[in-house]
Amino acid sequence: MLDIAWVIPLIPAASFFLILLFGKRMPFKGAEIGIFALGLCFAMAVVTNVQWFQRVDDAEHAAHATSGAEATDEHAASDAATTEHATESHADAEGDEATESPSSAAEEHDEGGAAAEGGAAVEESHAGDDAHESDGGEDDHAEAGGAGGGHTEFEVEPVRESITWWSSGGIDFSVGMLLDGPAVMMLFVVTLISLLVHIYSTDYVGGDRRYTHYFAFLSLFSASMLGLIMSENTLQLLTCWELVGLCSFALIGHWWEEKPNSDAALKAFITNRVGDVGLICGVIVLFFGAGQTFDIVTINEMAVSGEISHLVLLVGACSLLAAVMSKSGQFILHTWLPDAMAGPTPVSALIHAATMVVAGIFMVGRLYPVFFQGLSIGVSGVNLLAVIGGVTVIGGAGLAFVQTDIKKVLAYSTVSQLGYMAMALGVGAWTAAFFHLFTHAMFKAGLFLGSGSVAHSVHSFDMKEHMGGMKRFMPKTYWTFVISTGALIGLFPLACFWSKDEILAGAEQLGTGYTAFLVVGLIGAFMTAAYMTRCVYLTFHGEPRGHAADAAHPPHESGPRIVVPLYILSGMAVLAGFTNLPNTGALDFVPDSWALRFEHFYEPKGEYFPSVLDTFSHPEFNIGIAIGSTIIGLLGIGLAAAWYFRGLGPHGLTERNKVARAGHRVLVEKYYLDRLYTDIIVGAVKGPIAKAAYWFNQKGIDGVINGAGTAAVRGGQFVYDKIDQGVVDTIVNGSGAAAEGSGQGLRQMQTGRVQQYAALLFAGAAILAGIFIIVI
Amino acid sequence: MDDLLLNQFLLLGAVLFCLGVYGVLVRRNAVLVLMSIELILNAVNINLIAFGAWRGDVAGSVFALFVIAIAAAEVGVGLAIVLLIYRNRRSVDLDDIAELKG
Amino acid sequence: MENNDFLTDWGISLMVFLPLAGALIMMLLPKAEEAAHKVVAVGASLASAAVGIALLADFDYDNAEKLQFVVDRSWIDVISSRYLVGIDGLSVPLIALTLLITPLVIIYSWNHFPAPHNPKAFLILILVLHTGMLGTFVAQDLILFFVFFEVVLLPMYFMIGVWGGEQRQYAAIKFFLYTLFGSALMIVSFLAVFFVTGGDSFSMVELARGVAERNAAGDLAMSTQVLIFGGMFMGFGIKVPMFPFHTWLPDAHTQAPTQGSVILAAVLLKLGTYGFIRVALPILPEAAVEWAPYIGLLAVIGIIYGALGCLAQTDMKRLIAFSSVAHMGFVMLGIATLTDFGLNAAVFGMVAHGLITGMLFFVAGSIKERFHTLEIKRLGGLLLQAPKLGWILGFTTMASLGLPGLAGFWGEFPAILSAYNPGADLSEELFRVYMVVAAIGTVLAAGYLLWLFQRTAFGTPNDEFADEHIHDVHGSEWLAWLPMLLLVLVLGVYPDLIFQVTDPAMDALGHTFATLGD
Repeated sequence: MLDIAWVIPLIPAASFFLILLFGKRMPFKGAEIGIFALGLCFAMAVVTNVQWFQRVDDAEHAAHATSGAEATDEHAASDAATTEHATESHADAEGDEATESPSSAAEEHDEGGAAAEGGAAVEESHAGDDAHESDGGEDDHAEAGGAGGGHTEFEVEPVRESITWWSSGGIDFSVGMLLDGPAVMMLFVVTLISLLVHIYSTDYVGGDRRYTHYFAFLSLFSASMLGLIMSENTLQLLTCWELVGLCSFALIGHWWEEKPNSDAALKAFITNRVGDVGLICGVIVLFFGAGQTFDIVTINEMAVSGEISHLVLLVGACSLLAAVMSKSGQFILHTWLPDAMAGPTPVSALIHAATMVVAGIFMVGRLYPVFFQGLSIGVSGVNLLAVIGGVTVIGGAGLAFVQTDIKKVLAYSTVSQLGYMAMALGVGAWTAAFFHLFTHAMFKAGLFLGSGSVAHSVHSFDMKEHMGGMKRFMPKTYWTFVISTGALIGLFPLACFWSKDEILAGAEQLGTGYTAFLVVGLIGAFMTAAYMTRCVYLTFHGEPRGHAADAAHPPHESGPRIVVPLYILSGMAVLAGFTNLPNTGALDFVPDSWALRFEHFYEPKGEYFPSVLDTFSHPEFNIGIAIGSTIIGLLGIGLAAAWYFRGLGPHGLTERNKVARAGHRVLVEKYYLDRLYTDIIVGAVKGPIAKAAYWFNQKGIDGVINGAGTAAVRGGQFVYDKIDQGVVDTIVNGSGAAAEGSGQGLRQMQTGRVQQYAALLFAGAAILAGIFIIVI
Repeated sequence: MDDLLLNQFLLLGAVLFCLGVYGVLVRRNAVLVLMSIELILNAVNINLIAFGAWRGDVAGSVFALFVIAIAAAEVGVGLAIVLLIYRNRRSVDLDDIAELKG
Repeated sequence: MENNDFLTDWGISLMVFLPLAGALIMMLLPKAEEAAHKVVAVGASLASAAVGIALLADFDYDNAEKLQFVVDRSWIDVISSRYLVGIDGLSVPLIALTLLITPLVIIYSWNHFPAPHNPKAFLILILVLHTGMLGTFVAQDLILFFVFFEVVLLPMYFMIGVWGGEQRQYAAIKFFLYTLFGSALMIVSFLAVFFVTGGDSFSMVELARGVAERNAAGDLAMSTQVLIFGGMFMGFGIKVPMFPFHTWLPDAHTQAPTQGSVILAAVLLKLGTYGFIRVALPILPEAAVEWAPYIGLLAVIGIIYGALGCLAQTDMKRLIAFSSVAHMGFVMLGIATLTDFGLNAAVFGMVAHGLITGMLFFVAGSIKERFHTLEIKRLGGLLLQAPKLGWILGFTTMASLGLPGLAGFWGEFPAILSAYNPGADLSEELFRVYMVVAAIGTVLAAGYLLWLFQRTAFGTPNDEFADEHIHDVHGSEWLAWLPMLLLVLVLGVYPDLIFQVTDPAMDALGHTFATLGD
């Protein structure tokens, strides 16, 4: 199954064409094709996951079998690594030791497993690092990294299949599959959520004017997204990246009759294109940096081993960051994401919350060595990725406060959560980021589908105008929504508690400059708690307003096709967190076979992942942070509840206080970023700049051309008038006139008098004679 | 014939020539003009014969004979023209005749 | 293998001159027999295509860098010009494109003859054009090349001038004079090359060898070569058209009838870029290195400038015309890198642009026919009134903005990629700047194309057309468009179809530049 996992993206791709061609003639207008395809994909994804687990475990056992006997020796060797002879001792058996020596560290965990010891190992490896740099040893990375991380004790070969796609200039470009931990995880997430969204949609957009096209594009989207996560090379990644963008465009603009919708679609596509400039440049820089290859594993391996220069990695990483910012809604290119809520709600759940928007995060994780080395994560003070993530966490959460549209609250919440993921990657906590991605996909899809369920019943997304008190009409939706909200806020023991905690621990662990991100994360947690409480209050509590209060058409609970996906997703929101239970610190009672399963199965293990570097570390569970963040979350809920449920606090502050009003205004105007983009930049390019260019074209270049034409005509006129008609003709006429004139003159002499003639004759003769005499 | 004698002949010829030219230019009577032309011709004849004698060569005398013959013919034609003019116009005044103007 | 012998000796000539023969037959037919004219025209173009397909089938793709089916006969002995034709990996995709487009244009014409109608003259012009275009792609002798290159001019002049829009006279004259101006400089350069190499032959291969020999001997001044290249640059650059010689294009496109626009965009513009790769670069490689940074600069200016021009348009056809300037900028950027990779991208870009922009003009023509206007402001809601047409427009705009998986991407992306690492010791820093600018150009491309699509296809129909019944895509339109649409998709999914043909030929040329310094 692992070898043929590449058919998974092809199934929905085929389904896309089938729906387009035959969908309208099918009894369920093509929906059944899509659901069947995604069901098949989901089943295959599950099988793939199981087999992948098998593969990881097999690799682990194999590693244990070879290393078990030498465990104690290796322990000594890892101490010896701090000595100057380390390089020599490793030179002969590099591969073996790279896998074996970390396993000794792992066994230390098995025995005592105390965090203190892990920490000691980190220190030890750092101490060793200094020593190694002096003698230039490279091969101790794996060992020291293992000592620091404690879990990368073996390698798991990713499953790779590829065929030559095209070749040019003597280079073959392939298309294929790279199946490893993150890809397998995403397979599960994408197929599950896509399947649920398909089912949900049959009810939600039932009877829509373009029902068939809708399902066709859902299929195409699934195909592109699955292709993206399994991409074997960056070119393929770029291709799928753009295709998901296309699907997003098509689905946001699904109801394109209304201009705001098509505007939002355009905005999404073009903003993503802006980021794609970075993606294109980054991919190209890495292509040449890695010796003319798009192959992800090769690029990663070369980045890890330092074969690509730091400058190239830095440029590549910064370029790619632009793409991450646009696709994953990071500040300052996030503005399309809230607008993208113009699309149907299931699409928002699938594309703009759970899957596509994490493509940027996924890409960073996929090319993590490039970012890790390029941005010097784990070595330097503060890096760009973490800063962008941090700004996004706060910025997104701030905007979520002032939204009246429930979907926009969730959209900004998504922006903020994506910021968490980016921040996690920025602080070196790869697993935390992907874990958060995983849990977030579940509960955020649940929240979106829940909001859709409400909107389906009241025909509006406006919380202030048309909702309120929905709890009593839609209890099932309410409870699933609340569970998902709890997961988002990070209440123990729901999903986000575990994942957000790991991110915060990661930020804390790097220390120094990164402590700021711990603070950012905590503030974000507080804000998340507060705005989600507001959202829940406005939607489900209080008195019904607007459509919700319409007695003629009272709101009603949605049908099973909507509710069942909600159950499943809220179930996942509860359970997802347990996939990566830590078993250190306060939680060391957790059995080993349960702990850190997510990290165990899904984190790449091999030379193409920076876990082999000694600067890479896995955050340890920190009970202090866990409790702290929970308290902060509860505080947020408490304050917001006091404000909304009880009406406490200084209401109407924004009307009275200038500063508060200004702040509110900035938030309502979305930090004026949209003004900047739409009015100033786009407006300028479309208006004055384009007009100026066109003016230049018409008046400048074409002016020259037309001028040249006119000048040529004028020149011709001049030549004809002045030269042809003037000079040449004058000469011709003049010669005639001269002949006439001279004739006139001579005529005077011809008197007809013979004597006069004779006189002239003699005069002439006399003159000639005179000359004759003088000359002689 | 010595050089002195030659000079005397040449002077005679020159005087005759000048008389002839004067007559051609000044006289208005066509007959007199013809006669003046004869004078010029004879002045030339004198020169021819004088030079011929001086060089001891008969060529000059031969040329003079030719000139006399031709002059006779010329006068014949000329007088005929004058006669015809007179018949037509009753006058041989050259100032009145501008037929050559064409 | 008698059949093959026949093909080898006569195949190319037959392919090139069959359309002309068709045109001659049509001249003999009375004007009123419209059906007969159409049949003859389609027949001639299809016959030519059939011969072409036989040639392409028999083409030895493993040795695509070699000239094949070479015919070398004496032609104009006085100036040592010979009838020398042949095809290699560079010609093949373009010939295939031409062979495809012309029959489709004729089929599209079936009931779409623009005023003043007169199918006889119209189709004769198309067939003559066809011969000219094919001839240009097979000629291996400079004079022959020039003759075919110029043959193309007149039919297009008449097509614009007679069947064009309101300002057809102006546009036709502008097109004609502009191109002729370039051609004049070009022929001077051809003659200069001929004489500096000793005046023995006009064969391109011989000339290239002659120049190389004189370069090796060191008795050909660089400034001379640069000047000669300059003449060719003007000739081909105007045809491409490169910024700032592009202004004939929007006028010609806007005024030309749909069929004219399609042929103009799909094939005629390629004559310029083809000329660069076929004539200018191989014959004068050293001068090309001198010129490359400037060509690259004009190319990226063209990319940005064309896009900005598009954003300022109010007329759909004019917008598409301006987009050609931008797209051909990518092609020229690929050429300017002087690498096999970039040249491959350029050839792919030519084919892709031919298909996609040709398609866009077809759609624009059909919209004009239905709404009698192409003013973007007055259009809208096409997807409601003629959904299939709207979908086709959407598909084509997506292809045009370079969406991966469709043909446009493979012209753009590799060209940008190749600019990162230009050949022949060109300045990397400079070309990397070009690369970034070109990449930004893709954003603008998305901007104007989607803007066009939004304004024409999304939304609801304008009040003036709201009640009108708009016929969706006709049979003849499907017939003409489906092959192009399918090709756009197929080439996008499997670009190797073209790359594997052009790669050997471009590899050889790239090798010339790679070894230039040695």
